[in-house]
Amino acid sequence: MPFIPHTEEEVKSMLEVIGVDSIEDLFDEIPAALRSEGLTKVPEGLTEMEIGRIMRARADQDTYRLCFAGGGAYEHHVPAAVWEITTRGEFYSAYTPYQAEASQGTLQLLYEYQTMMASLTAMDVSNASLYDGASALAEAVLMAVRANRKSKSKRILMPRTVNPAYRKVAHNIVHNQGIVLEELDYDVNSGVIDINSLPDELGDFTALVIPQPNYFGSLEEVDALTDWAHQHKALVIAVVNPMSLAMLKPPGEWGGVDSDVVGADITCGEGQPLGIPLSSGGPYFGFMCCRQAYVRQMPGRIIGRTVDLDGKQGFSLTLQAREQHIRRSKATSNICTNQGLLVTAATIYMAIVGPYGLENTAAQSHSNTQLLMSELEQLNGVQRIFNSANFHEAVFKFDLPLDDVIRSLAAQGIVAGIRLEDDYPELGNCLMVCATETKSEDDIKSFVQTLKTTLTRLQAAACPVQPKMA
Amino acid sequence: MLVFEQARTGRINAAQSVKKDNVTNIIPEQFKRKTRPLLPEISEMQAVRHYTRLSQKNFSIDTHFYPLGSCTMKYNPRACNQLSMLPGLLNRHPATPDSNSQGFLACMYDLQEILKDVTGMHEVSLAPMAGAQGEFAGVAMIRAYHDAQNGGKGDPARTEILVPDAAHGTNPATATMCNFKVKEIPTNSDGDVDIDALKAAVGPQTAGIMLTNPSTLGVFERKIKEIAGIVHDAGGLLYYDGANLNAILGKVKPGDMGFDVIHMNLHKTFSTPHGGGGPGAGPVGVSKRLEPYLPVPMVVENEGEYHVVTEKSRSQSIGRLSAYMGNAGILLRAYIYARMLGSEGMQRVAEYATLNANYMLAVMQKSGFEIAYPERRATHEFIVTLKKQAKDLGVNTMDFAKRLLDYGFHAPTTYFPLLVPECLLIEPTETETKQELDDFMRAMIAIQKEAETEPEIVKTAPHSLPVRRLDDVKAAKELDLVWQSE
Amino acid sequence: MSEIPQDLRYTKTHEWIMKNDEGTLTVGVTDHAQSLLGDLVFIEAPEEGTTFQEGDDSAVVESVKAASDVYAPVDGEVTASNEVLGDTPEIINNDPYGDGWIYKIKPEDAGAFDALMDAEAYAEFVNSGDE
Repeated sequence: MPFIPHTEEEVKSMLEVIGVDSIEDLFDEIPAALRSEGLTKVPEGLTEMEIGRIMRARADQDTYRLCFAGGGAYEHHVPAAVWEITTRGEFYSAYTPYQAEASQGTLQLLYEYQTMMASLTAMDVSNASLYDGASALAEAVLMAVRANRKSKSKRILMPRTVNPAYRKVAHNIVHNQGIVLEELDYDVNSGVIDINSLPDELGDFTALVIPQPNYFGSLEEVDALTDWAHQHKALVIAVVNPMSLAMLKPPGEWGGVDSDVVGADITCGEGQPLGIPLSSGGPYFGFMCCRQAYVRQMPGRIIGRTVDLDGKQGFSLTLQAREQHIRRSKATSNICTNQGLLVTAATIYMAIVGPYGLENTAAQSHSNTQLLMSELEQLNGVQRIFNSANFHEAVFKFDLPLDDVIRSLAAQGIVAGIRLEDDYPELGNCLMVCATETKSEDDIKSFVQTLKTTLTRLQAAACPVQPKMA
Repeated sequence: MLVFEQARTGRINAAQSVKKDNVTNIIPEQFKRKTRPLLPEISEMQAVRHYTRLSQKNFSIDTHFYPLGSCTMKYNPRACNQLSMLPGLLNRHPATPDSNSQGFLACMYDLQEILKDVTGMHEVSLAPMAGAQGEFAGVAMIRAYHDAQNGGKGDPARTEILVPDAAHGTNPATATMCNFKVKEIPTNSDGDVDIDALKAAVGPQTAGIMLTNPSTLGVFERKIKEIAGIVHDAGGLLYYDGANLNAILGKVKPGDMGFDVIHMNLHKTFSTPHGGGGPGAGPVGVSKRLEPYLPVPMVVENEGEYHVVTEKSRSQSIGRLSAYMGNAGILLRAYIYARMLGSEGMQRVAEYATLNANYMLAVMQKSGFEIAYPERRATHEFIVTLKKQAKDLGVNTMDFAKRLLDYGFHAPTTYFPLLVPECLLIEPTETETKQELDDFMRAMIAIQKEAETEPEIVKTAPHSLPVRRLDDVKAAKELDLVWQSE
Repeated sequence: MSEIPQDLRYTKTHEWIMKNDEGTLTVGVTDHAQSLLGDLVFIEAPEEGTTFQEGDDSAVVESVKAASDVYAPVDGEVTASNEVLGDTPEIINNDPYGDGWIYKIKPEDAGAFDALMDAEAYAEFVNSGDE
C-alpha cells in the first residue's frame, strides 16, 4: 500500500486493542447515507517509476530555449547549493516553529532573513514573509489602514504603474472592508507618475503606493512622491523588486527633501528574484518590512531573539497576540503560514551571493537589458516607448500584430515577453521585455535575429505580392 | 553563531558572482543606492555548513514522529519533490503562452478533476495559496453570492457568519476580512454542534456557517445533514474547512454532506511539504450555485487542448488572489501524490489514519490518560486532557510537550482546541508504523511516572535540545527582530 | 483569591472603575483579569480626546499567549491615558488598582458610575465562574 507501512498482523493486533473487528467499524459514527460510493474520476494508483514517466513527458513538452518575459517573475541564476540545502528534510518537512526548542534551525534562519530584508530595504523591521508579492501588497494596504489612525477615508492611491495583477489582488482582498483603491495615471511619454500632475486638493487619503522600479521597468521619482504623500499626512507603501535594491536607493531612504519624514512607512514586494525558480508563478514569497512604530500592525509571523533559562541566545515566534490563533476575529490578518521553504531558499541565496554577488547580478541584468534595448531599437517596425530611466525591463511597440509575433516566436522556442494590451488598452501591440544576467550576448542577439526574421516573414505575409493568375 | 558574525569584509564568492562584462550602468545618480546592504560576506562552504547545521537543530517529519494534531504531518514522498522540479516545470515562466505549456496545464486540469471527485463538489479552483486564503476565497464567494441575489440588488441583511467555538482561529479572522460579523455557536458535551443553539442563532441575518468535519475535537459531526438543513432553510450557505479531510478522504464527500463551498489543505491531506511553515495550497471546491464566483485562474480543456481562463471570461469571479496561478509547484506535488495513491490508495489514507488514531486512543486510555471524548469514536486524531496532572501534580500540558522533545518526539498540538483544558491534540497520520506509535506512548507513560516522582525534570524540560525553555516575555517586551552589528 | 477593593465599581468584562473628584472615572483591569492573562507585554491605551460608547473596545492588554480587549464601561471622552504602560506594561501585573490604571474618561452621564456593579456583586460574579 503506498506510504502505509502496516502489516496484516499489525492491523489485526491493533483492531484487537481497539476492540473492533474491522477497520470499517471505525467509521460507524458516520451516517450510512453519507458514505461515498467510491471515486470514479481518480485513476488507479501508479508506482514511482510510472508517474515519473508521465511527468517527464509532460515536462519535456514545456521546455523552451529562451525567455525574455519578466513582469514580476524573473529568471536568475540560482546557485546549486541553495536548493540542495533547502530541500534537506529538516527544513522541507518541518512545520511552523510552535515548539521553539525543537525548531531553532528554522527560527534562527528566519531571524537572519528578517535582518537581511530590513537591511536590503533600509527599513527597521521585517516579518517572516507572506504568500507572494501581490497578496503582500493587499496586506500592506490593510496594514496602512490600521496604522494611519489620522486618516479616516480608507482611500489608497494606487498608481497604474503598479503591477496590474497586484492591483487586482489587492482590490479583491480589501474591497469587502470598504477600502477604495483609487487609480493614479502615468505620463504617456515617460511611463512614470508625473509628480506635477498630482492634484493639489485630494482630500484625505490613507496611503500612496509607490512602485520601484514600476511595472514597466521604469524608475519613479520616489523622493518627490514620498515627500508629497507625507506632506498630505498619508503613509507610503513601497512595492519594490528586492534584486533591484542592490543598485537602487532603498525605500527606507526615500524622500526627506521636502518633508521631515524620511523613508517609506511600509515596504513590500515579491521575493522570487532571490533564489526562487520561476515554477509557473509559484510558490514564491511576499516580503514586508516597516517602521518600528508599526510593527504591531504588521501581519504574519515575526521572529524575535531572546534567551533561554540558562541565559543562552535563542529564537522564538513573537508578537503572536496579533495573530489569528489568539486574536481570532480581531487578528491583523487571517494568515496562518508564511512561505517558510521559499524564505529558507532566499536566505541561503543571499548568504551565498553576498552583497557583491547581488550587486553584480542586478548590474548585469540592467546592462543586458540596455543591450537588448539598443538591438531592438534598430529593428524596423519596433519602437521603444517611455523615455525614462529603467532597471531591467523596457516596453516596445510593434507595427505588426503582436499576437502573431508572440505565437511565431513561441513556436521557435522563445518566450518573447509580456503583452500589455490586456491590462493597458492604450498600449496595444506593446511588448515588455527583460534580459537578466542569465542571458548572454549571443542569447540576446539570437533573440533579436529571430525576431527580425519573423517580422520580415510576417510583413511579407501581411502584404503579399499578388501571385499572377495562371 | 549568526551568519553575519562569520563574515569578513571583502570575502567574495567568485563562483557565484556574475562576471560583469562590459557593464553599462546608466541609472541616474538620484536613484542609486549609496551603501551596500548588510548581507553576509562568507564563502559558499561557510554558507552550506552554517545552514546545514541550522537544519540539524530542527525536528521534522523526516527525522522525528510529529503527531501535531490538525496539521496532518504525514510523510512527504521524495518523488513528489523531484518530479515537480523537472527542468521543464521548474523553469516555466508564468507568462509562457498556453501553446507551450500543455504539459503543466494538463497536470493542473487533472488535479482539478481529481479534487472534484474526492470532494464531491461541482467545480474546483486551484488558485488559493494556503488554507487561510482558501477560507478567504470561500467566504468571499458566500458574500458574492448573497450580493448577487434579488436580481443583483443583493441581500444586505446577511451580515453574520456562524462559527463553532471549537473552530480554528483562521475562521473568525477570515469572516472579519470579508466584513462579516462572527457569531460563535457552542458545542455540546459530546463534541457535536449544539443544535438548539444553532436553531436560535440562524435567521435572515445569517450569511453562512463555517464548519470543520470531522471537527477540531477529533470527532465526526453526526448531525451534519440536520445542520445543513437548518442553515440552508435560513438562507445561509455552508462552508467546509478542509483541515481534517485526511480523516474521510475517499470515504465521505463534503459535497454529499450538503456543503456549498470547501477548501482543502494540500499540505495536509495531499502531503505537500510544510516547509517550516509554508508554502501551503488551499484549492476551493463549490456547489453549482457558487460556480460563477470561483477565483481565477482555472484550467479548462477543449478538444484535447488546455487553456487558462481568467477574469476576462469569468466576470462574476471573486478574481485572482495571487499574481499568477497560486503555488503551482505545490499543486504539482499534490498531483503526483494523488496519482501515486490512486482511488484505492486515497481511501486507505482515511482508513489507516483512523486506525492509527483509534489504536493510540485505546492504548492511552488503558494506560490511564484521560480522553476528552471517551464515548466517541476517534477520527484521524483525538484529544487527551492533562487537567488532572496539572491540578494534582503541578505538571501541565506544556511540560509534557517539552519533555516529549527530550524523548525524541515532536509534541502534539497543545492548548488547542481552546474548549478542552490542558489538552493534547494527537494526530499520528497513516504513514507511521505501529512501532513508532508504541514508542511514543511508552514515552508518555514514562513522563507520567516522572511527573509523579520527580516533577521538576518535566517542569524544566527540555534538557537535551539546542536551547532550554525560552523567555517569551522578554522576546515580546524587548523586541529584537533584526541583528545590529556592534 | 484575587483582590477586589470595596470602593471601586466593576464590569462583567473585568474592568474596574474609580470615581475621581473632578468628575472623571479611572479605568483599569482587575486583579482577577491580570492573573488570568499572565505576564503582560503590551498595552494599547486610547488617545486623549477619543470618545467611546459603553461596550466599545477602548484598550488592549496583551500577554504572550493572549490579548484581551478593555471595554469602555460608560459613554464618554478620554481625558488622560497612562503613558507609563507603554514601556512598563508589567505595572498592571504588579499594581492593577494603582499605578496600573489605563485611562481616565469623562462620562456623558454623571450617574453612570452608580449603575455599575459594586465589589460584592463582582466578587459573586467571579466566584460563580459565570464569566
